[in-house]
Amino acid sequence: MHAIVELKNLRVEYKAPSASDGKKVAVKNLNLQVRAGEVFGFLGPNGAGKTTTMNVLLGFVNATGGDAFLFDVNVREPIARQRIGYLPELTYYYKFLTAEEILRFYAKIFGIERSVAEQRIDKLLKLVELESARKRPLKTYSKGMQQRVGLAQALINDPDLLVLDEPTSGLDPLGRMKVRSIIQRLKNEGKTVFFSSHELGEVETICDRVAIINQGELKVEGPVAELVAKHQANLEQIFLNFIGYQPELAA
Amino acid sequence: MKIVSALAGIVVKELYRRKDFYVLFVLTALVTVMMASINFFHDKSIAGYLKEACLWLIWVSALVIAIVTTARQIPAERENRTIFPLLAKPVTRNQVVLGKFGGCWLATGIALVVFYVFFTIVAGTRENQWPIVNYLQALWLQWMMLAIVIALALLGSIVFAAPSSNSTICFVIVIGILLVGGHLDQVALRQSEPVRTITYALYFLIPHLEWYDVRQLVFFEQGLVPWSACGLATLYAAFYSAMLLLATWILFRRKALNL
Repeated sequence: MHAIVELKNLRVEYKAPSASDGKKVAVKNLNLQVRAGEVFGFLGPNGAGKTTTMNVLLGFVNATGGDAFLFDVNVREPIARQRIGYLPELTYYYKFLTAEEILRFYAKIFGIERSVAEQRIDKLLKLVELESARKRPLKTYSKGMQQRVGLAQALINDPDLLVLDEPTSGLDPLGRMKVRSIIQRLKNEGKTVFFSSHELGEVETICDRVAIINQGELKVEGPVAELVAKHQANLEQIFLNFIGYQPELAA
Repeated sequence: MKIVSALAGIVVKELYRRKDFYVLFVLTALVTVMMASINFFHDKSIAGYLKEACLWLIWVSALVIAIVTTARQIPAERENRTIFPLLAKPVTRNQVVLGKFGGCWLATGIALVVFYVFFTIVAGTRENQWPIVNYLQALWLQWMMLAIVIALALLGSIVFAAPSSNSTICFVIVIGILLVGGHLDQVALRQSEPVRTITYALYFLIPHLEWYDVRQLVFFEQGLVPWSACGLATLYAAFYSAMLLLATWILFRRKALNL
């Protein structure tokens, strides 16, 4: 199957806060492929390099070494992001705009025709169950509602790849369930989803394949069912094992 | 171009949904109307002073709107992290800079039009004269000058993390240029080397914002600035704005997005 996301020997270094510490390596020669139509879980403890990797993919950070490609286009080219949708961990949108205004704004960014954009906005607001609140400014929205607006903006260009950074973080069980069902629906529509999460139960349910990274290094990668069968453990135990967590030491 | 206009649209929307502009407009209107309602010693020339005061208020208000609105644009995008979903789209940092500049310039232009309409009504009702072309020319030149100021504040917003320090420095620079920029060549003549060369260099380097100040012409009803001079002033503003925007883009393209 064709790779939609491809990381080749990706390396990201940055200056440590104190000069004496020199350079810190956030990602060490990471090789990864996400294929068309799969839901890929990108796992790791805090500070493992997940967000840095996503930041490289999204063009926020330049890699120190190696290459990253989206749809065979180097991520340094803005056009590589034409077919992706991105949902950040926390919602960061212009609070003085309403839900439909923000969607209209992003539709304009993608150069979507007005009539098509309006149809899509109606459809997306229905999908994320925000039709009744569409004319309210975002500053009046709850966290869950803002996260759903985030999901709608990530889908405005009908993307082939969705990059979700901890999409259910900080949501209540109902909010999580709604976001999860939307991801499931997108999966059924054949979209590729690349997402990071700390909710391992959720990852086990939704993902086709996962990769676990720790301290910038890829520890394991493969189909969820295969990993579970091979290690005779659930995903949480596999995760803890690969990040080197020892319960007796913690106790 | 669609991306730049979409970004500019957001800036304009933000301006009219915030209170800054309304406060400044109401303040200008109140002060002017109060002054207009007083008839000092039945002096007919009072209308001229009223015009001067009103124009001065418009200049100050427009500078405040331009600098304050521009200074917060990019730092607010970084602080509120709205820059992330934006740059995750096929948007370049160059387009962000152009969109912010366009939006601030357009928003300031709209504010200027409102101010000048008010000024025309107040001055017209007092003097029974309607020199619309003169006012339009004054508005145009002021708007061109504000293009340079906005580009300068945008550059400052990349260099300085805090919008307040950027605004203060921009005000000092702009007021400094308006007050002494035109006299620097005279100052240079009285200096010894190397200060003379430095002062001369500064004189030729700074954008001469004072050239755009035609308030005295409006005040003393001295007619129009030649249109050729107006065109040259427009080109001069376009050149300085482009240079400042280029510098902004060079700094912004490698800038870390986290504050």
